[in-house]
This record gives sequence, C-alpha cells and structure tokens, in this order.
Amino acid sequence: MNIIVLAKHAADPESEIRVSQDGKSVDERGLVFDINDWDRYAVEEAIRLKEEHGGEVVVVGVGQTEDTLRKCLAMGADRAIKVPVEPGMDSYQTAMAVKEAISGEKFDLILAGLMSQDYNNALVGVLLAGMLDIPFATAVTSIKVEDGRVRIIRELEGGFGEENVLSLPALLTVQSGINEPRYVSIMGIKRAKSKELKEVSVSVEGGYTEIDRIYTPPVKKAELIEGSPEEVAEKLIQILKDRGLI
Amino acid sequence: MRVFAVAEIKFGELDPVSIELLNLANSIKGDGTAEAVVIGNNISNYAEELAKYADKVWKIEDASLENYNPELYVDVLFQLFSKEKPDIVLVANSSRGSEFAPALATKLNAPVITDIVGLDTSNGIKATRYIFQGKLLVDILVKDGETSVFTVRQGVFKEGSEVGGEVVDAGIKPSITPKREFSQIIEPEVGEVDISQADIIVSVGRGIEDASNIELAEELADALGGVVAGSRPVIDSGWLPKDRQVGISGKTVKPKLYLALGISGAFQHIMGMKDSELIIAVNKDPEAPIFGVAQYGIVGDIFEIVPALVDKLREIKG
Repeated sequence: MNIIVLAKHAADPESEIRVSQDGKSVDERGLVFDINDWDRYAVEEAIRLKEEHGGEVVVVGVGQTEDTLRKCLAMGADRAIKVPVEPGMDSYQTAMAVKEAISGEKFDLILAGLMSQDYNNALVGVLLAGMLDIPFATAVTSIKVEDGRVRIIRELEGGFGEENVLSLPALLTVQSGINEPRYVSIMGIKRAKSKELKEVSVSVEGGYTEIDRIYTPPVKKAELIEGSPEEVAEKLIQILKDRGLI
Repeated sequence: MRVFAVAEIKFGELDPVSIELLNLANSIKGDGTAEAVVIGNNISNYAEELAKYADKVWKIEDASLENYNPELYVDVLFQLFSKEKPDIVLVANSSRGSEFAPALATKLNAPVITDIVGLDTSNGIKATRYIFQGKLLVDILVKDGETSVFTVRQGVFKEGSEVGGEVVDAGIKPSITPKREFSQIIEPEVGEVDISQADIIVSVGRGIEDASNIELAEELADALGGVVAGSRPVIDSGWLPKDRQVGISGKTVKPKLYLALGISGAFQHIMGMKDSELIIAVNKDPEAPIFGVAQYGIVGDIFEIVPALVDKLREIKG
C-alpha cells in the first residue's frame, strides 16, 4: 500500500489575523503556523493504513513547508517531497504543482485533509483527482482497504453518512475526527532527521484567479457585558430572569 | 449571461438551496437565462417545481442516477455543458456539490471558486468568500475561462422571484462505468439526550481546552436545567458523543437559550444554532465570529465566568 499524503503548513485561524497594507494579502506577522489540522488526520490515517497493510507513506508539501514535513516524518511518514513554489490562494496552481511533483511516484492511495484551516477552499484534493482521472471521495470518516479496493464512509449533512466502495488508485480527503492523531515523540523526531526530504522543482503557470481585495467582514456585534466575573455573572442572571429562563 | 444551477435532491425532497442557486442565477443573468439542471431517476416533479424559478430546466434522467455518484454527475454535466456552453455554473456548497464541482471544473478546464457568498458580474466576474473560518472576506477575480464554476453557501440567496420556464429532457445518459460504487446511507447515531429538543443548551468549543473541563459545562447545564452540546473540535476530540454536535454535519438546534462557551463560530457551527431565541457567547477572542450572531457577548475567560455563574445560580436556588 503506497500512500501519498498532502500536508499544508498553514496559519492557525485562531491566531491574530490582519490584512496587509496592500489590501490583497494577509499579514503574516502574528500568525502561528503549523500542520493544517485536517492534514494531521490524513497523515495519521496514512500511517495507520501502512501499519496494517505495509508499504510506504510519502508526504508532499507545497510552499514553505519544511517544519510540517519534518513533523509528518516524525509521526511516521517514510519520506517527504517539498515543492518549493508559492501558489498563494490559487488551488489550481497548487494541484498542478502536486501533480507534477508526484509524476514519478507509484501510489495506491492519495490522502489529503478535507480543506485547509486558513483559506478553507476544499479544492486541491479533488482538483488533483480530476487531473489524474482517478476516483475520489471527500469528507471521509472511515477507510477500510479490501481486495484492491477501498471501502469508505463519508460525512453528509445532519449526522448522516454514506458508504461507498472505490477502486484503487483513489484520492480521499479526510474529515477531522476520523482518528486520534499521535503525538510526535522524541524518538520520532530523532528518526525523522535521517529520513529523506527531497525538493522537487515544478513549473507553475497561469492560474485562473486573482485576489482583488481582502477585508474584515461587517458584522452585527453582540451587546458586550463587561466587568469582573462576578459582575458579569450578576448581569447574565438578570438577563436570564428577565426572559423567564430562570 | 447563461447561468446554470445544478439542483440538489436529498432524501426525496428538492433541497431549498436549489432555489437559492436560481435566485442568484436570476440576479446575475442580465439579458441571458437562468437554467436549472436536475439529475436523477423519476424526477419530473422536481423539474416542474424548479421551472417556477428558471427560464429553462434540463432534466437528466436515468436509473443509474438514482443515487448520487460524483463520477456520473461529472460525466452527464460535462455532456450537457459541452453542447450548451454556460458562462457560469452554480452548485450548492453541500457535501455533494463541494465534492463533484472541482472535478467538473477540471473536466471543463474551468476556474472554480468554492463556498461563495457573493457574485458580481457587472464588470468581469468577481466572487466573494470567507477565509480563516469567517474572520476575513476576500473578493476574487476570475481571470479567464469560458465557463466558471462556483459552489454557493446555503442560506445566503434566499430572496428571489418566480420566473416560470419550461422543462426539457436533455436526452443525456451516463457514458462511463464509475470507479466508485454507492453502498448505503448510514443513519445518525441516537444518544440518550436529544439536543434538538432542549430548551437550554450549554455548548462548548475548542476553548474548553480539555476533556476534564467538560464537567464545568455540565455543572452550569445542571444549574440552568439544560443540556451540554459542543462544536466540531470537541466532538472530534471525543470529549462529547457525536449526537451532541451542533452544526451542518451535526444537529440543528433552536433552544430558548444557547450559551456558547469558547466557540469561535465557524459557519458550519453557526448554521446549526443561529435560530436560537437567545444566544450568549463567552470567548477570549473579541474578533470571534460567534459575536456576530450572539445578542450578548462576554470577552473573557470561561474558566472565570462559568464558575462565577454557577455559584450565583446555586445561591438563587438555595
């Protein structure tokens, strides 16, 4: 079972986010970067599948991604491919870059996170599947390999799921919560140092889209209740009383 | 402009998002047409319903289309669009639409932008979407492409008027054998507590930090006579069972009181609780999108606010 996993080094949406002066990009100062949360689950799932079925896990990252690739290697991926281009928000370019970078690789499965935690496009995975003309499924919450095929459950709305069977090779994007990602151990970090991290240069052309403007959304704001915790609690109780809730 | 909307049928019903796609199509078509595509088996009734809001409805009907299959959807839509040449294709940003739309785009060599909340065609094509889980908006220009594909956020384009168009059989059949087969639909888990029926919900998010802190929410829920629910990160971590998840992929709730503790307010969560009668949010981050839907907000630490509130409630109850 040879598995390729896509991992993005992505900004945490909980960190302090500001628009740059040009109004077309996000100011990277104040941002905290880490492996994209959904990709962490994808890497874990790949390692589990390898532990069960043998084979190799190759992790691929696009952009300034070295820290994240090292983390994936420490988790148990066998080798890493870094694609040193900065395609920004154009997912088409990212997918094209990945396609080119893995052109010499043999794989049974490609796993990716459902979306990235920064731009939330949920595109690169399925675009890549479309470019490679292989079957795909998104928001996957269970993966079982059986006789050259893969049986998956994917998440639908309202707590429902859908079971499908795909022939291999296939591409799956995983939903968070599919597993419990392992912690990176000191031993893992030591072992990761001797693992291969290869840079592959690719050509990135065109792209279909261009950022016009990034801005803070106008929102209706809640009435703020201020004061010490006790004062806040008093005021909340008054609101609840007024509404007949207590 | 020729704008096509791909309708969505779910569990034997036309999903309301299908009409929302047509509302958007009608608002941007200019001198052109708003056209719907409906895919499935025995779908004439849905086609008739869609025709109220579209200039034309294309019906693609086949027994093999009874269950959704992304490969077959891409195949039949590609056949239709190769002949009919839309300028814009609108798809729901649902579990289905967000899955097949990118694959359709690669087949059409078309730009694709997901989860849009605005689309301006007055001067080129400009789409608006949120990034960073709702903290920022971005306007994106489509540089080129004869056809552009967009997945559209549900609940945004609710306003529209009736058009009254015709239904046409597209005469298209699937031309491929899919490499993905549908097996079955899996029903939601059923737990002891049905949060969708609760009057008071204390809901916790990532800010609760650890499983052991769920107890704090339970104490507050007890004191208020409510139940505990959670947002996706809490469920993913296994701190609460799946049937307590509020949001698009969990449950929709409409309690009299929704107390959001340490929940940032991703769109998927907000869609599941925005119709609550009273929403009070406590969060450390003053920019958290949850404050956009709450009536009352407290920018502060839940580990200070909640115990103070529990103490006061206990005092009242003696």
